[in-house]
Amino acid sequence: MNNTEKYNQAFMETFELKAEQLPGLEYQAIPAWDSVGHMGLVAALEDVFDIMMDTDDIIDFSSYEKGMEILSKNYNIKF
Amino acid sequence: MTIDDIMQIPPYSLGKDEKGKILTERLVDLTEHHRENCPEYRAILEAMGYDGRKVRNYKDLPFLPVRLFKELSLKSVPQEEVVKTMTSSGTSGQAVSRIYLDRTTSANQQKAMVKVVSDFTGSGRMPMVILDCPSVVKDRRMFSARGAGILGFSIFGAKKIYALDDEMRLDVDGLAAFLEKYNGRDILLFGFTFMVWQHFYKELLRLKGERITFDLSRGILIHGGGWKKLVSEAVSPEEFHKRLKDVCGLDRIHDYYGMVEQTGCIYMQCEYGHLHASVFSDVIMRRPLDFSECGIGEKGIIQVVSVLPESYPGHSLLTEDEGILLGEDDCPCGRKGKYFEVLGRLKDAEIRGCSDTYAVKFGEKYDG
Ligand SMILES: [Zn+2]
Repeated sequence: MNNTEKYNQAFMETFELKAEQLPGLEYQAIPAWDSVGHMGLVAALEDVFDIMMDTDDIIDFSSYEKGMEILSKNYNIKF
Repeated sequence: MTIDDIMQIPPYSLGKDEKGKILTERLVDLTEHHRENCPEYRAILEAMGYDGRKVRNYKDLPFLPVRLFKELSLKSVPQEEVVKTMTSSGTSGQAVSRIYLDRTTSANQQKAMVKVVSDFTGSGRMPMVILDCPSVVKDRRMFSARGAGILGFSIFGAKKIYALDDEMRLDVDGLAAFLEKYNGRDILLFGFTFMVWQHFYKELLRLKGERITFDLSRGILIHGGGWKKLVSEAVSPEEFHKRLKDVCGLDRIHDYYGMVEQTGCIYMQCEYGHLHASVFSDVIMRRPLDFSECGIGEKGIIQVVSVLPESYPGHSLLTEDEGILLGEDDCPCGRKGKYFEVLGRLKDAEIRGCSDTYAVKFGEKYDG
């Protein structure tokens, strides 16, 4: 699995979504991605990429696209 | 200064004058915002004869009694923008407060809390032991005070376990395995004061009798929720600290004061045992007879103000707690801002007397 597939899978499993529902998805836009779901997503991403995110990055992680940007910029994960 | 600018200020960096200026500007704006967007709030201000042009300082702004959120459904945004509703804890049959959050207010609450807590624990995340049961955050649209606290602090946990099961029994094996796995690292523990005492400390004490011990000398415990339920057990804060240290080596212990009506703006206890107000909020102790401001060392009713609430008119509230201002800008820990002590809840009769005074002063009667 490449990094984009891993990233998508974390979203799909946490929020029970299909891949085509992910682009443009924003925090709090669906009931599953609330503050509880957010911490679940963070845990899933940390497991799959073996990283530990900073609190500031967790707060800034406001959309599907923003998350990719944060992971590539601050955690050296290439998509 | 916008709320986004305020969120960038290190939480304990401003002295009285600078902080006062920022609070005044922001809180006057918030008063105006809620007046425009919350009809009930507007009616209250009108009944009080509020005139924004006369306000020179945030201390002159009106404050709502917290119990008003139990009686009225107060919000300053349309229902479809509400993403989360928080409720205060209350014994069954009692009315609970309902606090409506939109995305902005909810996000700012989390940001403020991270800034405040990081000042005490460092910004790194740690393995975290939640001294509560998992079912407390089950209903995701409706959070109790306990659930909201756990959720807010969860951001500091890199890996998390709940130490109690839904019958409030300590998961001895789970905890032992977790501590073994993260041996040698700082561990964050979070829970409500009473739960920590009743379901954690007491169980550790019992286990010690069976020669089962835990080493939490690398632990940082943050707990809140008040001492009321522990009064019958005659446990003082000093005793609480000492006994936890004796039973498991836990020595970094921070109490905090906060309420669901102003989530995010918590008042953390420093190394000197003082509760601190950050730049995001403030406390004003008031005399019960006329609501004038108390001096340092004088017991009064605690008013809390917060720069965060945009979706509900909760930026200036009169609590039902008593406290004492200990000082401002000069705590030996080096943090600026007010530091204080909370003495506990007012008695029911005092709350009634207080709402009578409030009625006389503001021309409206709100007795719950
Ligand atoms: Zn201090």
